[in-house]
Amino acid sequence: MSTESASLKATSHVPDASGRFGEFGRRFVPETLMHALEELTTEYERAQQDPAFRAELDKLLSTFVGRPNPLYFAERLTEHCGGARIYLKREDLNHTGAHKINNTMGQVLLTRRMGKQRVIAETGAGQHGVATAVACARFGLDCVVYMGEEDIRRQKLNVFNMRMMGAEVRGVSSGSRTLRDAINEAMRDWMSTVEHTHYIIGSVVGPHPFPMMVRDFQSIIGREARQQCLDAETRLPDEVIACVGGGSNSAGMFYPFVDDETVALTGVEAGGRGPHPGDHASTLTYGNKGVLHGSYSYVLQDEDGQTQDVHSISAGLDYPGVGPEHSYWKDTGRVNYVSVTDDEALEALQTMAKLEGILPAIESSHAIAHTLKAAMQRSKDDIIVVCLSGRGDKDVYEVARLLGQDLD
Amino acid sequence: MPIDQERSTHLTNVKQQTVTEQTRIATTFAALKAAGHLAFMPFITAGDPDMSATQDVIRELGSRGVDLIEIGFPYSDPIADGPVIQASYTRALGKGLHVSEIFDGVASLPTDKLPPLVAMASYALLFRRGVETFVRQAVESGFSGFIIPDLPADEAEELGQIVRSQGADLVQLVSPMTPQERAIRILNAASGFVYCISVAGTTGVRDDLPPELTEQLKWLRTQTDLPLAVGFGIKGAEQVDILRSAADGVIVGSAIVRFMEGLGAAGADRQSVLTEIGTFADSMVQATRKK
Repeated sequence: MSTESASLKATSHVPDASGRFGEFGRRFVPETLMHALEELTTEYERAQQDPAFRAELDKLLSTFVGRPNPLYFAERLTEHCGGARIYLKREDLNHTGAHKINNTMGQVLLTRRMGKQRVIAETGAGQHGVATAVACARFGLDCVVYMGEEDIRRQKLNVFNMRMMGAEVRGVSSGSRTLRDAINEAMRDWMSTVEHTHYIIGSVVGPHPFPMMVRDFQSIIGREARQQCLDAETRLPDEVIACVGGGSNSAGMFYPFVDDETVALTGVEAGGRGPHPGDHASTLTYGNKGVLHGSYSYVLQDEDGQTQDVHSISAGLDYPGVGPEHSYWKDTGRVNYVSVTDDEALEALQTMAKLEGILPAIESSHAIAHTLKAAMQRSKDDIIVVCLSGRGDKDVYEVARLLGQDLD
Repeated sequence: MPIDQERSTHLTNVKQQTVTEQTRIATTFAALKAAGHLAFMPFITAGDPDMSATQDVIRELGSRGVDLIEIGFPYSDPIADGPVIQASYTRALGKGLHVSEIFDGVASLPTDKLPPLVAMASYALLFRRGVETFVRQAVESGFSGFIIPDLPADEAEELGQIVRSQGADLVQLVSPMTPQERAIRILNAASGFVYCISVAGTTGVRDDLPPELTEQLKWLRTQTDLPLAVGFGIKGAEQVDILRSAADGVIVGSAIVRFMEGLGAAGADRQSVLTEIGTFADSMVQATRKK
């Protein structure tokens, strides 16, 4: 595979019918799943053309999820930085407290269209697991969520939350016992249950059509933010910023701006403890092109192709791969990817809480940390829109522990 | 690169596909067919617990008269494999196994006197090394074929050409979920033999074989002259007879990998574990010979 996309200009007209974003994406999965993926692609395309499907989803998003959520001018954060005007896209105000539910509501409706009664999902921080459990409870579907044992320890509140919604949370003790192992386990489940089970992947990763489908369901973030910015400022923002793990909130935020050439797009990866392998989860910053979890994208792997262990303070960004569209955006230069350390994210979380009265998720705090730097370097006439992808309630125990405080 | 996505989807019979120069795998199957035997093809993990044990197991299986040996390359995220093989991969990688050690370990065996060896590896490993380099090094080490379980036929054209140019075979998989039109496209891309997955799902030992499998094998037989080998869930000698009229070969994976777990146990008596593996292989070889 050559660097086909390097010389190209990014477009929003991706992927093609075989799931290619430039050279990235496609399907690298066992034959057992191929037919199901083809069926899912067909069903998704039909659903998109079906006004009844769109109407039902829109209604759920407004009456159940609470959309549209506001684009909020962060006045004190702006004053603090002394530069660009900072706007927050408040995905933290959605039902379940994060952007993940935009995707699970869409995919649950799709599950019903396909006549399947059982749903499986993987989760890292637990936000996607909760959003899936909620969507399944709402429609009476059976729900099994795979979660690494290490993440179960870090995210107890969300585990309890999922169980309250009737979901079965299955601990995964293989490998690094985090998100990547949960995905392996969910894929494995799916291979033996694919006839009656739908796998709701929580990010823009995996084989085609998942990266496209999840991006589409999440694109409501960017569509709303774009219009809200036009309404508030009568122009588009100068820069849009979002954090990138697998890359779902950022893909949803960036996608509607891809063809707006004046808008700079910046993805913020988890820099962890530093640039050494195993100390971070900055796949686009430090990774190589490779294959993981059914698609071709940037991956953190060793010289043999074995996936490397990653570290981030944030369970939601603790992933050694990234969605193929982000790889396409990186190689075309459409999105600039940067890295923010654990400490910088933790500091940004506290700054935001004190100045704006908003406790952001530790994932979103990475985007905030970079926003503070970017705003300081921009003029007061500039506008930055940042995706506040989730609220920080789930993180309080971990944050307290890191700040040396005991909540028990 | 670009891999050609435009492949013919018309429902042609692929029986006319002939091999001009026979590969080792083709020669092996031809001889078995002439004798009226089924092929017995055990799967083992490379490097569990180390490459010297792997070499011992290969020699043991060879001495028992198995027909082909599939050698699994440990991979960190094996979505196509069940818990037994994944655990085996994790053990091997935990000891720091590298792909080059697998090639070296196999190269130091007298592979021309052993049954054909087939490399089973994730595409992630091939891609990282460079597909051509991986294939060339594997063939130079003595491998005769490749099974890449996460590379569907739709993406396999380029690799197929590289493998065939090295005189080896790229085996394709057909699953019970594969519709007929898709199966025909897969058969067009296959060489060596066709790996027929017997139950939907990952590898692992199961108690019975589904009746649909026999039907699928019968149909595949009308579509290709390539040998049909059945894998995923084959437990032991008692299942061989059910397949005798429908298939050409039997693949056994996790059953042998389970034995291999014993090789790495503290204070393990390697010789007795090897004998256990040999005895099991014996029973399978006997079961697959002409009755």
